Amino acid sequence: MTFDLFVLPFFIGLLFLLGVLVVKYSRWIAMMDASDRVKAGMALFSFSLLKTIKEIFMESLLHRRMFKRNPLLGFMHMSFALGWLLLIVMGNLESRVYSGGHINPPYYPIFLKFFIHDKRVLPFEIFTLPGFFRFIMDLILLFVLSGLVLALFKRTRSKWFGLKRTTVHNSFDKWAITSLWLIFPMRLLAESFTAGIYKGGGFLTNTLGSFFNLIFPLEYLAYPAWWAYSFMLGIFFVTLPWSRFMHIPTEVILIFLRNAGIEQGKYPGSFSEIEINSCPRCGVCIDVCQMNQAGLTGSTAVYFIRSLRDQQTDVQLNSNCMMCGRCLEACPVGIDTLGLRVGARRVDNKGIISDFSYLMKQPLIKKKTEVVYFAGCMGHLTPGVKRAMLQIFEKAGIGYTFLDEDGSICCGRPLKLAGMQEAALKLVSENTVKIKNTGAKILVTSCPICYKVFNNDYKLEGITVMHHSVFIDNLVKEGKLILRPSALKAVYHDPCELGRGSGIYEQPRNVLKQIAEVSDVAEERANSLCCGGSIGDLAMNAIQRNVIRDNALNILCQSRPDVLVTACPLCKKTFDSGNTIVVKDIAELVADNMEPNKLQLHAAELIDQQCVIS
Amino acid sequence: MEKHVVVIGAGPAGLETSASLSKLGFRVTLVEKEEATGGHLKKWHALFPTLLSGKDALESITKELNSTIKIQTATKITGLEAVNDYFTISGHNGWQEKADAVVLTTGFQLFDSHRKEEYGYGIYENVITSADLEELFASGKEFVNRHGNKPERVGFVHCVGSRDEKVNNLHCSKVCCITAVKQAIEVKQLLPDAEIFCFYMDLRMFGRHYEELYKEAQEKYNIQFIRGRLSESTEDHEGNIVVKVEDTLLGKPLRIKVGLLVLMAGMEPRAGTKSLTTMLGLKNVPDGFIQPVDEVLRSNFTEIPGVFVAGTCSGPKSVSDTLADARSAALAVADYLKS
Repeated sequence: MTFDLFVLPFFIGLLFLLGVLVVKYSRWIAMMDASDRVKAGMALFSFSLLKTIKEIFMESLLHRRMFKRNPLLGFMHMSFALGWLLLIVMGNLESRVYSGGHINPPYYPIFLKFFIHDKRVLPFEIFTLPGFFRFIMDLILLFVLSGLVLALFKRTRSKWFGLKRTTVHNSFDKWAITSLWLIFPMRLLAESFTAGIYKGGGFLTNTLGSFFNLIFPLEYLAYPAWWAYSFMLGIFFVTLPWSRFMHIPTEVILIFLRNAGIEQGKYPGSFSEIEINSCPRCGVCIDVCQMNQAGLTGSTAVYFIRSLRDQQTDVQLNSNCMMCGRCLEACPVGIDTLGLRVGARRVDNKGIISDFSYLMKQPLIKKKTEVVYFAGCMGHLTPGVKRAMLQIFEKAGIGYTFLDEDGSICCGRPLKLAGMQEAALKLVSENTVKIKNTGAKILVTSCPICYKVFNNDYKLEGITVMHHSVFIDNLVKEGKLILRPSALKAVYHDPCELGRGSGIYEQPRNVLKQIAEVSDVAEERANSLCCGGSIGDLAMNAIQRNVIRDNALNILCQSRPDVLVTACPLCKKTFDSGNTIVVKDIAELVADNMEPNKLQLHAAELIDQQCVIS
Repeated sequence: MEKHVVVIGAGPAGLETSASLSKLGFRVTLVEKEEATGGHLKKWHALFPTLLSGKDALESITKELNSTIKIQTATKITGLEAVNDYFTISGHNGWQEKADAVVLTTGFQLFDSHRKEEYGYGIYENVITSADLEELFASGKEFVNRHGNKPERVGFVHCVGSRDEKVNNLHCSKVCCITAVKQAIEVKQLLPDAEIFCFYMDLRMFGRHYEELYKEAQEKYNIQFIRGRLSESTEDHEGNIVVKVEDTLLGKPLRIKVGLLVLMAGMEPRAGTKSLTTMLGLKNVPDGFIQPVDEVLRSNFTEIPGVFVAGTCSGPKSVSDTLADARSAALAVADYLKS
């Protein structure tokens, strides 16, 4: 057995890391709901495991989502992740060439070049097995080092990597990253020095070794270099469980659990712990977070999640988020940032008792129609939208029941976003009774906030929930509504809850394109901006909201449109208060530009003919 | 040489400043962007608390102008610049002047009530503003709503566009509370059988005889004051307006059907005022009104020597306050030009 004292820092560090991981993971497994544990166990033996392996390869190693964001950023992450893994795997294989296929102690392949000086292999030899390994190991090391060079550049030139702002790391993370960054240069030096002494090494280490041999007394430097390399590995392993690099082992678990169909629980639990520990603090969420514009830099997802991990969150931090979902969309790890925020708010607001007994006095509506319309609280605050919808129903000849004509019971979504699930459920059940009682088949709502909660949280069997933009699009496609083109130049704003929240991007655009000339905007569809009026934030003041609104208006109005069209009464109200452009809901624009439909035209023709006859 | 002062804006503030400056012996040019002078007062039927007619008030103010004052109407200011110790001022129509001092009397603009969409202005016909109501009074026509009916109930909504963060206006417009009291009494006089409601947050009866008028409104005219901000209004099938409001004294939600709903639209700084202050290089403050050097001690002075301010362009004021402010500004100008 080959051994040297210098391997100890690495070896102890590794054992320490494994010990900590075993303790942490066992605790998380113990915290899991029994049903989730069963799901996870089943997933180990199902096809979802293949999906998991593929996802780990694509995301944790290749960093596909990072590449999509910015190729340089993707390459940097890939070179570290894939490169290091390849060093481990290939190093292991190489060590077996020399150990006759035996399994070696873990330090042996890592420090192989210290133990083995194979003088039979020529430095640039590729086509023998040892020569191939020597070549490939140098190549992989070069690959990792290229990532390191990029990482150093990223410190000062983050814009090249598509990041205007980067994460401000705490001092612990700085220690961890310094040790990580030093691992690979130390390996290069140790291997080169040894190669210089023994005339070994591959194309990289041999060349460097020969060069160093000319100027340095390598026989004195090589051994300390191996110690330094081992120390860097040791320090990195010891700091890892408390640093951002905990994401490396944990993200793998997260991907597995997610594919096993496990979700966040009602209150912060093991799954959310795993999500929190999977955050690499890459900072991709910082640029997309509009809270920064209002000077609220501390509550961005990366810092919020770090505070959760450090157990240092407070009500202010938890409350300051518009829940627009832009960070969720951008997150390369796919952490449910919004769910974590709601979870934290649930803890904050646990003691609040809500009494909705007065709601039970609401009369039930028993008009039997195919369609039931729900304007929602926000719909009532924008009577223009409500009136437009009623005109559209009239014009298209749709019999409808106006469920909340005399006032709405809130859909429950604002309470849910505030973390008050139990209170929300009372409203949900009350509304469910009212909706079901109408016997309608289609529930049309004007408010994307209501739409999302009706769709996700209500159990409305047999009733299709439609946002009015989708309903109108259907009416147009069915020929029940004929639209008149106008000379208007319009831009469309995707409301958070309708677009990112519910995936409805095309229907409102389909309708709008029949009426107006629609220009693209810089941030649209999944990247759409929040209007600033969000009910998701519980702490922002009006001035901060106005800054966010005005920035969004600026971007939306770059093409100088005549009208800004949206499909959410809250977005409409918010943008309207900016007083810079005419803002309309898609329903209002439709109501202003409807032609008589075919039936009505036919009736009019008949009347005309009768007139001629008589 | 006779010193020359240009006064910008010919509402009550501009008219009164010009008259005072002229009496003090200065050459005055009064510039107005509209065809006629008089500002908002032109369309105002009667003034609180005495019910002095707007027409009479304007006549009385205008009478003080003498023939040496040059009145330049239909002129929008496009250039305004301090050059050494004088100012150059130019209008869109080629008009140009030099002045030794400038007084900004650009007044206010009425809050656009469309921006409080939940109240239904511009959507429901029987939702009107306080200014619309004055025009209705002034027209002398029979008092009916837009459906031609004598309303059985009339509602007044206080603080529309004032003290409302949601429309970016934190300020109190000062005059709307007493205007609502005055208008409620006038409506009651025209429709003795109607029930009148005022929905308010606070009642700010700051002037002499205002509180008396408010008391009279309650005791003599039986006008009901309900403390609570309107949440929304809807229209029923007969065109009545159904308002949803919480009576915060009783702690009860209310639903009241009215035949006419009057929105007490507040005062906002004019959009044009900002372009003038920008031309001069005066700093723009968040509420948009012109900022005097000191709101207590030097309320007519701006940061720029020779540029003065009077009337509602530096904050909401009643007509009487505006006239006093205008005369005060004239004295400040005189002081500046004679030193």
